[in-house]
Order: sequence, then structure tokens, then C-alpha cells
Amino acid sequence: MTLEPYLLYALAGVGLFAIGLEALIARAHLLRKILALNVMGTGVFLFLIAIAYRSEPLADPVPQAMVLTGIVVSVCATGLALALAHRVQTTTGRMELPENDEFDA
Amino acid sequence: MNAPDGITDDTHLTWLRLMISLLVLVLTGALGWAVCSLPANSTGLTVSALAQLPNSGVLNPVTAAVLNYRGYDTLLEIAVLLLAVIGVWSVAKEEPSAALEPVSPVLFSFVRIVIPLMILIAGYLLWIGSFAPGGAFQGGAVLAGALVLLRLSNVEHASWPSEVWLRFGLVLGLSVFIVVAVGVMAGGGKLLEYPRAHAGILILLIESAALISIALTLAALFVGGRALGDEDSSSESENGVRPQ
Amino acid sequence: MTLWDTAPWLIWSIVLPLSAGILTFLFRRAAPWIGIITTLGSAVSVAALAGQVTHAGPLRYSVGGWGVPLGVDLRADGLSVLMLGMSAVIAVAVSVYASRYFSDSDATDKHTAQAHQRAYFWPLWMFLLAGLNGLFLAADIFHLYVTLELLGFAAVSLAALAGKRAAVAAAMRYLLVSLSGSLFFLFGVAILYAAYATVDLTALAGKVQPGPLAWSALALMAAGLLIKGAVFPLHFWLPPAHANAPTPVSALLSALVVKASFYILLRLWFELFSTVVTPAAASFLGLLGAGAILWGSAQALNQTRLKLLVAYSTVAQLGYLMLVFPLAQHVGSALTAWSACIYFVLAHACAKTAMFLAVGNIAHAAGHDRIAELDGITQALPLSVAAFALAGISLIGLPPSGGFIAKWMLLQAAISSGEWGWATLILAGSLLAAAYVMRVLWHAFTQVAVARPLHRVPRTMEWSALALSLLAVLLGLMAARPVELLRSGAPVSIHAPGQT
Repeated sequence: MTLEPYLLYALAGVGLFAIGLEALIARAHLLRKILALNVMGTGVFLFLIAIAYRSEPLADPVPQAMVLTGIVVSVCATGLALALAHRVQTTTGRMELPENDEFDA
Repeated sequence: MNAPDGITDDTHLTWLRLMISLLVLVLTGALGWAVCSLPANSTGLTVSALAQLPNSGVLNPVTAAVLNYRGYDTLLEIAVLLLAVIGVWSVAKEEPSAALEPVSPVLFSFVRIVIPLMILIAGYLLWIGSFAPGGAFQGGAVLAGALVLLRLSNVEHASWPSEVWLRFGLVLGLSVFIVVAVGVMAGGGKLLEYPRAHAGILILLIESAALISIALTLAALFVGGRALGDEDSSSESENGVRPQ
Repeated sequence: MTLWDTAPWLIWSIVLPLSAGILTFLFRRAAPWIGIITTLGSAVSVAALAGQVTHAGPLRYSVGGWGVPLGVDLRADGLSVLMLGMSAVIAVAVSVYASRYFSDSDATDKHTAQAHQRAYFWPLWMFLLAGLNGLFLAADIFHLYVTLELLGFAAVSLAALAGKRAAVAAAMRYLLVSLSGSLFFLFGVAILYAAYATVDLTALAGKVQPGPLAWSALALMAAGLLIKGAVFPLHFWLPPAHANAPTPVSALLSALVVKASFYILLRLWFELFSTVVTPAAASFLGLLGAGAILWGSAQALNQTRLKLLVAYSTVAQLGYLMLVFPLAQHVGSALTAWSACIYFVLAHACAKTAMFLAVGNIAHAAGHDRIAELDGITQALPLSVAAFALAGISLIGLPPSGGFIAKWMLLQAAISSGEWGWATLILAGSLLAAAYVMRVLWHAFTQVAVARPLHRVPRTMEWSALALSLLAVLLGLMAARPVELLRSGAPVSIHAPGQT
């Protein structure tokens, strides 16, 4: 199997996605979870750019447009997640999701 | 509170974690194998994108894809930007900046030189987007960086515009985009179907409005919460948010 | 052809809520009015669109005039129109309810309504509606990702609106789940584009071949959608998020938001991946549904709080939706199963909204929602308890109700294809639902000699709950029209050879 140049980056994208996923599930600290989501997102974007790289004479503009959209959405997600995480900390005192869900009536 | 931000040691190697890691590893292997079977020489949509470029009003194919071919995605994406700010404001209150000391002279000189340069670069990136990599998002990010720098350096006279102006600035991008998108339907066209002769100028118009909104949105996301004075909706509060 | 017939109604159903989101953000005092008018306008657009689709068949709209594969297309067929109609009706009812809920001085489940909840509910809700309508009309899988994110952020912010510790934690969990689900979905989209150079649903449907690429894309996208749709065993985030949200938000989340992910899964399974799906995969999804029905109902029975009971009931009812996958594998019963599933979505949306609104009224009046202490509530709130009972009838599947029609069709599909296991499951689920609904009504109907002090509940709030529950029952009486519309829009893979 010849390793095309784009394939290296595509597989790296898959790898990043996996690393992010593992950290998202395994880590309890909210900041780490948010970072993990960012890493997962970066993995997908890297994959998209890698496949855009395949085409000649110019890199495919459509996946690039998708990645631009994706990056913006990802930044918004991170902003919202951080605000919520900060709120979780100010109301529960810890930067983690509570184990058993209290239900305040 | 115990540790500074409650950092706990969550790196215990338990059975469950091992299982999860193994599962993820297996699934990744499968995915990697599938990825290897992708066609190596696919040109995707490059050919059609380049072919339609003269009709798109810009010279850069990526800008054409973002604002013309797939402009509908961009419309909703700008809505997502606005929604994120609304969401953050609904969840959190702004924290007053920790540092209360006035800005140091070295930092102030630096800021004085760099901020105008950043504004210039943002405008340049916006303009160049029609011909080369660039555009509203890129320029907006640089401009947002300038705003964040201002906030971080505690420059005394730098403050948000009043609440009302800030809201208008945040919605400007989406509003202009919707107005243009629907406006071009007036001649019987479809949504976002720019008339060929004016496509370039319409795209520039949308991008300029979006630049301001994007910059304000990203800076507002950095600030992280609604203005301290914004508790009561019965009075349209004019409280500016001053970096303390 | 008049202007009414040719106008692009599908565009208005998206543009109106987007604009309303902007306006309600700018003009906080007028927000409830803007919201209600927009939901009415959106309902009108949807009705007009339904007319267009019934006369002319499914429509495609190429945004920007580019067309597939370069541009983004919108599509309206029988299924999208029904989904849009469902959200339009629920939208109007919930908006009317919310306009009173947030202005009543201590309406928020015992905590004082803060001005900012009122101010932020409307823009968030309008963007949620825009995302929903955009999702139901999208024919482009990347665009589906964008609308999913729009929907997700609005839903999470709304869920956190109550501001209490439990609500904020539940919303954080919901956000993490939502974002990971979207990323899985996006990766699937990326793989499909990489393999087939298009992201349009119809174009892809023609190109997708079974193989490792299609399987990975299907697995990734399904995983993302299953977690966003709270399908057992990935349902853990739903009960706390739905139960801790303000009442109108709980209704929206349970009735509409979780259905959006399911809708996408339906489209993918039956249109895009129709040549790739295997009976084994279908049975797997069916088993997840079985787990949801049994586990969700059992948990609902165990709850001491009303809102959590209703939230677990959602988990259980979503399980029924999963049964469409195994039941549609058999050619003869596929169309019945498909119609049953969609009808179930419609009936459940009305019934669940009615139930949450009724429960919200009860909680507001009594100051708590502990089931065991609901004695005497019927004397004070007969309309709300009636709404709860009627909604319960639909959830259990007793005639006459939309739920009965849906379950009846599901049973028909199961029996005619010899799947006795699924048939038994459907019946078992109904029995369990009856158990938890009756449990609540048992306590509610207990008379007390001395009435306890209760807060006044505005009439609007009671009537909106009752109206929706009546609609759920009405769906049982006028099933012909919607089922007709469904059959015309069913995907090709559902029809047996020789059928239209």
C-alpha cells in the first residue's frame, strides 16, 4: 500500500478524533472534556483538508468552505461550553459534572 | 474551595478506562482501514467550482464556495455566532477583570502601535478575500484579537459601546445577510441568488457587516458573560461595560 | 397560479424565525408578541407549503440558483411537511403558554422568575424554531450538521435557563453530548464527501455502494444521531436535562428537539443508505428500542417526582420509534411500519407537550411536584389533570387517540410479518405506560376535605395544555389525511415492487 501524501494527514485526522474521544469519555474535569472536544473537531477538519488536498490543479474549495464553517461553529461551541462550565463551578464548587443528579424542585 | 479550580486527579487507570481505550482503539483501526480505501485521485468539486467562478463575483474559489455556492450554510453559521452570544449571556454574568492597576507604559505603547495595525490588517484581509485567501471570518478574527488585547491590557478609555450599540453590532452581520438574501428574490430569483453583475459588491457588503459582528461576537465570547448592569429588562440599560 | 401557490413558502418558514430571533434580542419588551406572531406566521407558511406539496408533489429548491452538487438544495415532501406542521402547532401552543409562564410573577416552579429568563427565552426559542424548520427542509447532509448545531446550542441554553445547580449541570452534560454527537455526524459527512464528491442526499443515494466507506459513514452518523436522540443506552443525559428545564422548554425538548435527530436517522437509513443497511443492523436498532421501552418505563414507575416521570416516559416512547427499522425490513409491512412510526412522532409530540405543560401547571400550583403529595389537585386544577389524563391516553395507546392509531399500525406491521417478539414488546410497553400514568392519576384524583393553599394558575396555561391533549386525541379520529400524505412521501425503498 503506497502512502499517498494526503492519506498521512487523513489518518492523522482519524487519530486525533480517537484521542479526543477517549479523553472526552475518560476524563472527568470539564476543561479537559472541552479540550477533548476541540481535539476531536480538529481531527475532523484535518481529515476534510486532507481529502481536499487530493484534487488537481487546485485544492478542492468545497471542503475548505466546510472547514471554515466548522471552525466557526467549534469556536462558538467552546465559548458556550466554557461559560456553562464556569457556571457549573460557581454553583457546585467543582469543575466536574456531579455524580448523582440532584433535582431541585 | 479546595484546589484553585478544583482540579482533581482523574488519571486513575481503572478497568473501565482500559476497556474504553481498547474499544476506541479498535474502532479507530476500523475507521483508519476504511479511510485507506478512499479513491486517491478524486477531484471532488474543484472542476465545477472553477468553472462557475466567473459567475460567482469573486476570484478566490474558497470565498466563492463560502459566500456564494454554499452561502446558505454561511447564513446559518452567522446565526450560530449570534446564538452563541445570546446563549452565553443567558447563562453567565461577566466577571469584573481581576487586575485593577492601570496599564503599564510599555504595554500601553505596544498597544498603541499594534491596535491600529490590527484594524488595518483586518480590513485588508476582508478586501483581499475576493482575490486570495481571506475574507470576513479571517478579518473578524484579527479584529477580535485587537478587542481582546484591549480588554486584557486594561486600557483606561477602552470600553464596550453602550449596551444598545453592542446589540446592534452583534446582529448587524446576520441582518444584512438576511436582507440581501431575501432582497435578491425581489426580481424573481431564488434565495441568495445574486444577480451576476452585482455578485461581487453584494458579497463585499455582506462580508463587511459580518466582519463587525464576528469581531464583536468573538470578543463577547471571550468576555464570557452579559454586562453586569443587565438584570432588569424593563429599562433599556445604557450601561457600558468597562474593563475595570 | 396565484402568488399564494408559487411563493417560496419553505423559505419563509426559516427566514421568519431567524428574523424574529434578531428582533426579540433587540426589543426585549415586545419579545412575547414578536414570538407569538412569528409562530403564527410560520404556521401559515407551513400550511401553504403543505398545499403546494399536496398538489404538485415533493418540491426541490436550489438556494442561490446553483443546484446540486455545487450548491445547497432544500426539499419539501410529505414527511418534511408533516414534521414542519407538527413543530408549527406545538410552537404556537408553547409560545402562548410561555408568554404567560414567564410573566407570571412566581411561575417558574417555585423560584421567582428573573427578568433575564423572560428576556432570553424568546430569542433562544426563535433560533430553535429556525433550526428545526431548517433541519426538516434540508436536503444536504453538511447543511444538516449546521442546523443540528443551531438546534443544539439553542436547546442547551434553554435548558440552562432555570439557573439552578441541577439545571446548569444537566445542561453542561447535554452540551457535551450534543457536541460529540455532531462531531460524529460531521465525520460521517466528511467520509461520504471524500468517497462520492457530493453532500446532497438524493445524489448520494444514487452513488452509495456497500463497502467499508459506506459502513463507517453509516456507523459514525448513526452513533452521533443516537446519542443526540437519547436512544437507550445513550439516554442518560435526557431525564435531568428535560426535568430541570423551565416547563415550556421541557415540552419543546421532549416533543421536538429529540425528534429532529430521529428524523435525520430515518432519512439516512431509508434514503441514503438503503442499499447498505443489513437486517442485523436493523434488529440491533430494534433491540435498543426494546431496551428503551422497558428500561424507560421501569424508571418512570420508580420516580417520586412528576417531571422526572414524564422525562423517563420520553425515553420509553422514543424506543417505539426505533421499532420501525426492524419492522420495515419485511417488504409487505414496510409501508405500514413507516406510517406508524411517523404518526407516532406526531401523536407523541402533542401528547408529551400537553403532559409537560399540565405537569408544569400542577407543579406551579402546588409548589412542588412530588407525586405522593398530589392529593386534591384535581379539585383545584381540573383542566390540567384532564389534559394529563388525555395525554396519558395517547401515550398508553388507548382509543381514540393518535397514540392508539400509531400503535395499532405498528402491531399490524409486526403481526403481518410474523414478528411476535416485537408485537409482545409493544403490548408490554403499553401496559407499563398505563401503570405509570395511572399511578399519577390515582394520587391526583384523591379527594381532600380541606383544600391546601395553592397558587393561582393562569387560565391560558391550563387551556393550552388541554388544547394540545385534545389534539392528541383528535389525531386518533382524523388519521386518514395525514396517513395519505405520508404514503405519498414515503421513500422508494419502503414501497413493495408494484406499489406506487
